[in-house]
Amino acid sequence: MTHTALTRSTLAAALALGLAGPAQAIEYGTLDTTASKVGFRYTQMGVTLDGQFKQFSAQLRFDPARPEAASTTFEVPLAGIDTGSPEGDDEVKAKTWFDTANHPVARFVSSAVKPLGGNRFEVTGELSIKGKTRPVSFPVTYTPGAPTATFEGALPLRRGDFAIGEGDWASFDIVANNVVVVFHLIAKPLAQ
Amino acid sequence: MEPRYTPTAITLHWLIALGITGAFGLGVYMHELPLSPTKLQLYSWHKWAGVTLFLLILFRLGWRLTHPVPTLPGTMSPALRLAAGAAHWVLYALMLAIPLSGWLMSSAKGFQTVWFGLVPLPDLLAKDAALGDTLKDVHEALNFTLLGLVVLHTAAALKHHFIDRDSVLTRMLPRFRKS
Repeated sequence: MTHTALTRSTLAAALALGLAGPAQAIEYGTLDTTASKVGFRYTQMGVTLDGQFKQFSAQLRFDPARPEAASTTFEVPLAGIDTGSPEGDDEVKAKTWFDTANHPVARFVSSAVKPLGGNRFEVTGELSIKGKTRPVSFPVTYTPGAPTATFEGALPLRRGDFAIGEGDWASFDIVANNVVVVFHLIAKPLAQ
Repeated sequence: MEPRYTPTAITLHWLIALGITGAFGLGVYMHELPLSPTKLQLYSWHKWAGVTLFLLILFRLGWRLTHPVPTLPGTMSPALRLAAGAAHWVLYALMLAIPLSGWLMSSAKGFQTVWFGLVPLPDLLAKDAALGDTLKDVHEALNFTLLGLVVLHTAAALKHHFIDRDSVLTRMLPRFRKS
């Protein structure tokens, strides 16, 4: 094969890929943990407070051409929790809250991704915190980008379902039962 | 008959005195408590009381500025009268500055103030832990200054009543029967 022919066939291959659709060319598979943010919103006697999970990691696959095949296993080490106050940060590691000594990691494993139209999807899966596993589903908005894509959403949960806050804290009068995990994830293309 | 304060001024004086005593006591007690639901509840109550007192004090200040107060007895020296007048204005200033410093401290510490859990007050400061600690010291210093002035205020009122035997204390006391 001559040099010219090689160039021509490479060009043809590139064009063919291009015709297949440029969006489909990227499959996302790596979470940019520095750029991503996972936080939570809780309510204390009518006051809304924001916390952050300082550490998290994920295995994920998202092919915009086949979103229903997407999957993720998301893990949050709970020792890196920032409740918004140093006193709170120590408290939530205790047995009555997350019991991080015995249950150091919260985990979400997806089981299905349903397109909701546009760039919105409903993600279903199982959330495990403090030894309790509950089915959850929540909406996610996907914003395509090159090289990174953004996934944003909110996962509402009830802390009582996971025994987060037992004993004196079990009453929802002071710290409300409803908590929302808010995430802004930046995904990089799958490593080739 | 000796001139008296208006019933509104008397009511505000004692209502606010009672409120400040409660909020002060609560503040001293709650801040040493280990984190618990009770502590969070007491903090909320303290903040609600602070907002309520701030509004009452604003109203009281408006009343004070639009209604003449009984003059001080002529037996008092000009210097003492000046001191008494100044002390009262410092008391008003502290009564406004203390809830304000508490509100700012809450904002800096990242805890919004929501009056009675229903009316959110805007956060005038962004979250800043170091500033929050400074404002805590300010809030505390202002409170102990107020405590000192209240002790002086009470001692002066008692001296007027029991030593000078004038009407400075009684004209601020509620009158329960018609005379």
